[in-house]
Order: sequence, then C-alpha cells, then structure tokens
Amino acid sequence: MSRISHNGQLFFSFFKSLVGKEIIVELKSDLCIKGTLHSVDQYLNIKLKDISVVDSEKFPHMISVQNCFIRGSVVRYVQLPSAEVDIQLLQDSARVEARELKKK
Amino acid sequence: MATLMEPFIDILTNDGRNIVGTLRGFDQLVNIILEESHERVYSSDGVERLHLGLCIIRGDNVAVVGLLDLDLDKRIDFSTLKGEPLKPVVH
Repeated sequence: MSRISHNGQLFFSFFKSLVGKEIIVELKSDLCIKGTLHSVDQYLNIKLKDISVVDSEKFPHMISVQNCFIRGSVVRYVQLPSAEVDIQLLQDSARVEARELKKK
Repeated sequence: MATLMEPFIDILTNDGRNIVGTLRGFDQLVNIILEESHERVYSSDGVERLHLGLCIIRGDNVAVVGLLDLDLDKRIDFSTLKGEPLKPVVH
C-alpha cells in the first residue's frame, strides 16, 4: 500500500488494498466470520473466500459454505492484519479527505 | 445438467433466520429470489427444516449470502447437528 486515492471513498480504496489478506468480519449479530478478502464494493459489501465461523461449535450455520457475500450494512467491525496496515498513511489520508470534504 | 449449474445459496437474515434455496435472481439492493427454499431452524435440540418454497427476501433484511457446497452439505448429518439460534442484527 503506497498511496491511497481520496475521492471521498477512502475506506473503499483502503479495503481494496487488502484484497487477498485474511480478515475477520464481526457482524452486528455478534457472528464472527474469518476468511480471505476476495472483493469489496462501494457500499463496503464484502466477499470472502475459504470462510470459517469463529465460534462454529455454537453456530454451525455456515459449515457447508466456503465463499460468501456480507452486506456492508450489517458489518460492525473488520479485524485486519496489523502488518498490512500503514496506520500513519491511513490517518494522513483521512485528514486530507476530511479537509477536502470541508472545502466543498 | 442445467440443474447442476444452479447456485445453491445459504442466506442469514437480519432477524437471525437461515434460509437455503436455489438462487433465481437478485439485484443491486441484494433483494433475492429463492426457489425450492427451506428454513433451517437451529436449536439445542437439533435442526428443524421448514419448507418455504418460492420466496423473495428484501435486501434490507439480508445479512450474509453464502454459496452452499452441495457435496459438503450432503455429508452433514443434520439429525445430530446442534447449534444455537443466531442473534438478530442490532443496528
């Protein structure tokens, strides 16, 4: 991740830079799904590959599912691999975007 | 052969239901049409299947859409499978 474009879609670009990495998505229903990020769209809908539910003993609902689509509106948290995230760059980009939005 | 190609889909809804069926259509809002669908009701007593048939699920109410692996699914013994019901989505 060298540069993030900021055209009002900073986090969309940010998630695109994480494609192929393993993430854990926590839903607003407390369900945690671990998988490889396959793609993300403008609504921050997420597609995951090779998924597993973190507490699959308790929630066996998705045991025969390997690839899934998660609606952006039900995502509470996304746990990221810290080695893949340049926090300084992300913070700077967020500031720049906030400044640009203020100008408009 | 055509029936083999049809995507078998597993949907988790915002109210915590688990609906399985054949995907017949969808749109940008993730409204979904399912054919030959059934609901799987998980509880500590086991899994119960409720026949639903043809249904449309409004996109607002869809949390997760999973591509069901039919081979894997056939190997699961639902008579002994136990699980807790999913919590509803709280925005």
